[in-house]
Amino acid sequence: MDEVAVEHYALRMVNIEKYFGLVCALKKINLDVGRNEVIGLIGDNGAGKSTMVKILTGVFPPTSGELYIAGQKVDLRTYNVKRAHEHGIETVYQDRSLGEKQVLWRNFFIGREITNRFGFINVKKEKAIASEIMVNTIGFRGKGITVDSSVKLLSGGERQGVAIGRAMHFEAELIILDEPTVALSLKEVRKVINFAHQIKDGGKACIYISHDIQDVYEISDRFVIMDRGEIVASIVKKDISLKALDEFLLEYSHGLRDKAES
Amino acid sequence: MKQKRSPLAFLRRIEGLPVAAVLVVLYAIFIITAPTVFSGYRIYMSFLQTVPPVLVCALGLTLVVTAGEMDLSFPAVVALSGFIFAWVFKTSNNAPWATWAGFALALAGGALVGYINGILVAKVHVPSIMATLAAQFFWYGVTVLLANGLQLNIKEVQDTLIHTIFVGRIGGFVPAQALWSLALAVFLWFILNRHKFGEAVMFIGDNAEVARVMGINVEATRIRLFTLMGVIAAFAGLLLTLEINVFYPTQGGGFMLPTMATVFVGGTSIAGGLGSIFGTFFGAYIIGSLEAGIVATTISGYWVQLVEGVVMGASMVLNVAISEGRIGVITNRLRHWGVPIHSNALDGVSEGDVASK
Repeated sequence: MDEVAVEHYALRMVNIEKYFGLVCALKKINLDVGRNEVIGLIGDNGAGKSTMVKILTGVFPPTSGELYIAGQKVDLRTYNVKRAHEHGIETVYQDRSLGEKQVLWRNFFIGREITNRFGFINVKKEKAIASEIMVNTIGFRGKGITVDSSVKLLSGGERQGVAIGRAMHFEAELIILDEPTVALSLKEVRKVINFAHQIKDGGKACIYISHDIQDVYEISDRFVIMDRGEIVASIVKKDISLKALDEFLLEYSHGLRDKAES
Repeated sequence: MKQKRSPLAFLRRIEGLPVAAVLVVLYAIFIITAPTVFSGYRIYMSFLQTVPPVLVCALGLTLVVTAGEMDLSFPAVVALSGFIFAWVFKTSNNAPWATWAGFALALAGGALVGYINGILVAKVHVPSIMATLAAQFFWYGVTVLLANGLQLNIKEVQDTLIHTIFVGRIGGFVPAQALWSLALAVFLWFILNRHKFGEAVMFIGDNAEVARVMGINVEATRIRLFTLMGVIAAFAGLLLTLEINVFYPTQGGGFMLPTMATVFVGGTSIAGGLGSIFGTFFGAYIIGSLEAGIVATTISGYWVQLVEGVVMGASMVLNVAISEGRIGVITNRLRHWGVPIHSNALDGVSEGDVASK
């Protein structure tokens, strides 16, 4: 593939492999994510989804393979969480995106504070930007939540909204939502999905990981299905109905595919 | 459901205010019950002289507790730094330059102890309460060995500049160490609340995993934090040694519990994530005044500890109630006087307004 073609992708993984000792967690992963594409990443526990996310976000490096972000090859030896942020990869986790006792404005800028050269934080500026993200990007209005409120006052869905708004503010190329709706009530799940729609509307790319097929189906452009460390299928939304996708996945979880193949 | 706004909710916004209020009430009680002692200025000057070493330790410990850690080794650092200073001063025949060399070496010694604590906690993953407990024994042991178990009398230090600067009497009666500890409090308030290091400390104490995935170097921050604590404890040891003009091998031994009580009375929770520097500041004067104040009221000496316990316990309950927003519960209860109130009313703003188009 030539360099020009690469430019169309927010993210491209080439033959990414990960071994933990002798255990192979990821086997020859090849995945492209378009510039404004929402990928629904589906797979059972142990399929390798979170290993893949951790490699993308710089928590640990892959054993081998290449990673391109917005056409740029990433040096995997020096890749870490800070570098991932610099490259525009933002992640929203189910429960470790925000410091609960901290006020909202600190949560927006944690890890990349606006400081003077002595490291002192420009509180006024951070608050102004945080407030602008709250109103314009994620649409928090009224009801007494301000940038000075602490996170523990927010519902689960709102917390995810803050994390998504933060990711969008920092000019993410790709936002990874790692099981953002686990342990949320239906109403809160709805809020998170609405936030996720704004990623697409904002022209960003997204990898949405969830166990809930219905959520994934609603917001994804394409479904990537993983099983035991491999990508086993990639299906564009228009080619499959929710029901068919559900049945397809059931076949996997019951091991029927294995039998059919052998 | 609309949150019932407590008339006292604003108390939460001003750091250390409830603790300051407790201090004022305490002094008011002492003025009434022991007017001869507490209506003159002397007793207050004496507090300004005795409280700073504990206060300085407690300011450092506030940062450590905010990060969700504990340091039990600071009393040993108080002794070690006092020894280093006194030894350098003595062995150089009381030369004036030696005071500064001793001062710098004492701080460096504190930094070393703190750095080793930090390595044990951050890299070897020994829980801090365990690592620093061992360090407490070890560094006291080192100090006793180096000093041969003897105290060092350094009364000549009284004539040096360093003595005037750090523990002199401003205007003839205000102890300089009181101002140094106040300056340190202001400085550390800015570090904790306005510097990215302080923000990292708060997030690590809140949830270290969140801090990590947000790109904070958790290990380096913890090592820096314990190193800073070592330097601060060494500074406390210097203030103590300069003030009393003598080093003795068990100095600082009585600091452990008052320092911890100071931090907790000041409103910093052992749970980590948030710390109150000014709470610690006022808390130190509460803890440091209690014993003298109670004795001055001429009640039997057997009551002293009991009353101390009551005052500390009450301050901590007040802090928890305020920080959890339960002051509203308490005032509402007082208003309804025993009528159970619906718990939902207290959950506050869980129903935030999120635009969903």
